[in-house]
Amino acid sequence: MSYLAEALSIAMSMILTGDQVVYSIAFRTLLIASASTVASALLFVPLGCLLHFGRFRGKQAAVGFIQTMYSVPTVFVGMLVFLFISRSGPLGGMGILFTPWAIILGEIVLIAPIVTGLTISALQSTGEGLADTAFTLGAGPARVALKVLSEAKYAVLTSVIMGFGRAISEVGVAIMVGGNISGYTRTLTTAIALGVGRGETASSLALGLILLFLAMIVSIAVNLIQHGARR
Amino acid sequence: MILQLDSIVKKKGKNSILHGVSVQIPQSSFFVLMGPTGSGKTTLLRVAGLMDKPDSGSIVFQGKPVPGNRRELLKTRRKMAIMFQNPVMFRGTVRSNIAWGLGIRGVSGREAAIRIDKALELVGLGDFAERNASTLSGGELRRAALARVLVLEPDLLIMDEPTTSLHPSFKTDLLRRIKEIHAETGSTFLIATHDFTDALAAGTEGAVLRNGLIEQTGSLNDILFSPKNRFMASFTGMRNIYPVEFSGSEAELGGLKVKHTGERTGHGFLAVPPEVIVVSLTETVTSERNRFAGRVKAVERKGTNWDVTVEVSGVEFIAAVTTGALSEIAVSPGSLVHISFKASAVHLF
Repeated sequence: MSYLAEALSIAMSMILTGDQVVYSIAFRTLLIASASTVASALLFVPLGCLLHFGRFRGKQAAVGFIQTMYSVPTVFVGMLVFLFISRSGPLGGMGILFTPWAIILGEIVLIAPIVTGLTISALQSTGEGLADTAFTLGAGPARVALKVLSEAKYAVLTSVIMGFGRAISEVGVAIMVGGNISGYTRTLTTAIALGVGRGETASSLALGLILLFLAMIVSIAVNLIQHGARR
Repeated sequence: MILQLDSIVKKKGKNSILHGVSVQIPQSSFFVLMGPTGSGKTTLLRVAGLMDKPDSGSIVFQGKPVPGNRRELLKTRRKMAIMFQNPVMFRGTVRSNIAWGLGIRGVSGREAAIRIDKALELVGLGDFAERNASTLSGGELRRAALARVLVLEPDLLIMDEPTTSLHPSFKTDLLRRIKEIHAETGSTFLIATHDFTDALAAGTEGAVLRNGLIEQTGSLNDILFSPKNRFMASFTGMRNIYPVEFSGSEAELGGLKVKHTGERTGHGFLAVPPEVIVVSLTETVTSERNRFAGRVKAVERKGTNWDVTVEVSGVEFIAAVTTGALSEIAVSPGSLVHISFKASAVHLF
């Protein structure tokens, strides 16, 4: 017990004194997760809109498939991305394996189903009456879509934040395509995994607390947004 | 005619909802589309409002066939506005809701503000402009939704069951306002309702839809006083409807001979409105050609009046009696009474 208390005390001191290694890992993790979330939002919120408003055969099956991919194992995504960007893979020419770009790409793939699927759910939750109302007030299809999206903005934002939450807490993709290179591709989760293996309990605990803090911020943000939506 | 729908067929999946409906809506009229729930009213309104394409049939708006070209179709759609049975308000204030349709038409600034204020005044929500739309009550929400479509000054305003689920007093108030607005704006109003009394309170002409087909169309007076069949008679609220055998100006009803002013033979139906039946304790000498003796079977309150059910040779007649008249004759179940009604008051179909 005293061992844990000592580790916790060292961890707190590392956080409070601004330990450079700990904070650089935290900052890198934030940057990578933010970049992949922004890219995902830019790509997959519009895709969610297209799937919601589009009328095509197999729509239900497509939406169902996206929803089943919410919980795709991160190591599976990591492996897929690895196979694509490794030297012999179809995207090997990009030369991004074991760089932060590889992690960003992997996390974009990982959170794509969440952002797309939850955007569709958000748009569906507005009900048909909203789109019909916009349509009968004289809007064309694009303006109807924009109006529905704007009415569902809180729920869509929640889907993006949920994506961020998954990106920042995943370990499989970061370790497989990032390589956990110190000072370059090491993130909070990969550093914790490595630190625990090496017996560096205090620094792992410090990184864990920061990760927990970031996860809590995500959760609070989601709650605040949902509260705002109800008002 | 502002709108002509010809032989409209509309299917949902494999089910046919409209089976070839033809309706003509005169310019500046207050046209009421009536029919029981599930008769296809909403489907027809959606087709009329160019929201859904019919599977077959043609739509002519303001003398021109509805264009297939997207841009032209949008222009035509913007001459119409639709208010749904359960209106949905956007996030924001009542004013921002009403301004939205104007905004997409490029109307903003001072002109928009004037039109919004005028629309709010028309519906009696002058002080509600800055209220959050999500805080409106049911009646206020309908009126705000009405202002949102009125502000667009449409040539054709379509409303689907605008008074459904409203308290009776709000319902009367909203119908009165809609009628006043129609008179004031001169636009054409097309309203769907399942309630014939609502239709009478608001419109002047209409059509009755049943199972995806038009059952009867014309002035509401004609529909009310000359229902063309038993369904129409029931729909318009007529009671005392009987299957009979006609023979000239008489009809055989059970063992009774009912006199009427028509000339018919063969099987058919007749109806005697409860309001025209006079109940008395003694046989009086009147000009009414139908006079029968019977026994009171039931006396039931109907709003401020009473329904007195009188059985005559196995046939039951319901007479609508005022509270004053009932206290004068003082009948109760079992009382022997006489009933009489004019031959001209008997409806045949």
